[in-house]
Amino acid sequence: MYDKTVRRRRGVLTLLVVSSLILLTAYFREPPGGALHGVQRGILEVVSPVQDLASTALRPVRDGFGWVGDTVSAKGDLKSAKAERDRYRAAAQRSQAAVTENTRLRKDLKLEQVSSDDLTPYGPVSARVVTRSPTLWFAKITINKGSGAGIEPGQPVIAADGDGSENAGLIGKVDQVVGSSAVVRLITDSSTAVAATTADGVVSGIVKPSPGNPRDLIMDNVPAGAVVRRGDFVVTAGTVARRSALASLYPPDLPIGRISHIEDAGALDQVPHLKPFVDPRQIEHVQVLTRKVDANR
Amino acid sequence: MLGLTPQLALRLAVLCVLVVVLQVSAVSQVVIFGASADLTPLVVAAVGLLCGSLPGAIFGFCVGFLFDAALVQTMGLTSFTCIVAGYGAGRLRELRDPQAVVVPMIVGAVATAITTFGYGLLNFMLGIDAPVSFLLLRVILATIVLNAIIALPVFALVRRWLAPALPDDPRRRRRRAYTTGGLSPLSRA
Repeated sequence: MYDKTVRRRRGVLTLLVVSSLILLTAYFREPPGGALHGVQRGILEVVSPVQDLASTALRPVRDGFGWVGDTVSAKGDLKSAKAERDRYRAAAQRSQAAVTENTRLRKDLKLEQVSSDDLTPYGPVSARVVTRSPTLWFAKITINKGSGAGIEPGQPVIAADGDGSENAGLIGKVDQVVGSSAVVRLITDSSTAVAATTADGVVSGIVKPSPGNPRDLIMDNVPAGAVVRRGDFVVTAGTVARRSALASLYPPDLPIGRISHIEDAGALDQVPHLKPFVDPRQIEHVQVLTRKVDANR
Repeated sequence: MLGLTPQLALRLAVLCVLVVVLQVSAVSQVVIFGASADLTPLVVAAVGLLCGSLPGAIFGFCVGFLFDAALVQTMGLTSFTCIVAGYGAGRLRELRDPQAVVVPMIVGAVATAITTFGYGLLNFMLGIDAPVSFLLLRVILATIVLNAIIALPVFALVRRWLAPALPDDPRRRRRRAYTTGGLSPLSRA
């Protein structure tokens, strides 16, 4: 009797462990359109309305906890925010001339005028974050708009609100879509890379995540000898091309973050680190850019 | 092993859906000390402690499966870690049957450690390039501490939900036998 119980227990345990490993292997090896991904999309389709409802109902509780945390951090942020405001004010005056020139040149080239301030031509669709991955990797979030609102896989996503200390910025791209919801793969996911440049266009590179630390991004492939300064703004380096073969994934000039420090500064293999403008743990609302402009993605 | 009656299975199924929805919709979005609590290992461990190793492991597998599906992440990862947590808690009950008040707290913390470290380890084994940063360790530790703090109320709620379907709670049985006129354990000895 004892042997039978022990055997049964071990048998069921082995079955469960083997099932998990088979799931893991099959999921990892199959393409995104595979059977397991299909099952996952089906479950997401069913669960997402419930999650949306629960997220709305439980929002006061979340906000209550958030309010306590925000109040504590707000006091510390005030001083640095004032200093930054003065710096930005001076920078804004200097860049005014550049904006005027840019507008004139774009007009000459007959390019559509799109800036990160005015995203209307990109057809932004606003959505609310329903769930976010609670794992340490902060890789994905689910939003409450899907294919019904014109959202498709691969479209870039920006946060409509930051963590309060910085502006909105690029947060990732749409990964999977079902009728009423979509999954967004964040730029902090280890499989993501974004072509980027400093705001003045001098230094370019590839922005990659530093997994395990959602408040840190790495700018890789920076040209040797490039002068990178702490505090420089980094934006997407989207190309403008009429040929779809050369189109970039992200539109140009979407803000990503700011250089926080530089590893081995001045060396050939220097690695600038960015602090993203948006904390993926704090996002409440996002905008999905559903339209291409100038075939730039 | 505790028999899985239809009533218990139904209650476990409802609990499974409820905990996943609650976790991904609300609890994971409340950040305290840079981390958020994770109800899944706590509930899985509580089920293991209350129902035994096999129901704990099966429940862990189901919770993990639904969790990975709801978050569109690699299937099987959370299932694997939750099986270990649920089975471990269940075996502790079957072998030792600890009665101390702080048991759920300790078991909850250990289950959280198993799932968080296990999840990280499996990710490393799958080739995800992730430096073991100080922040990563800090978040793991903060999650374990947060979970340990909320383990007792979570365990109480799970026990309350499952109690009508649990026929042989040993603690209840012993207490009832003694207070209703049965021989005290000392007399029997």
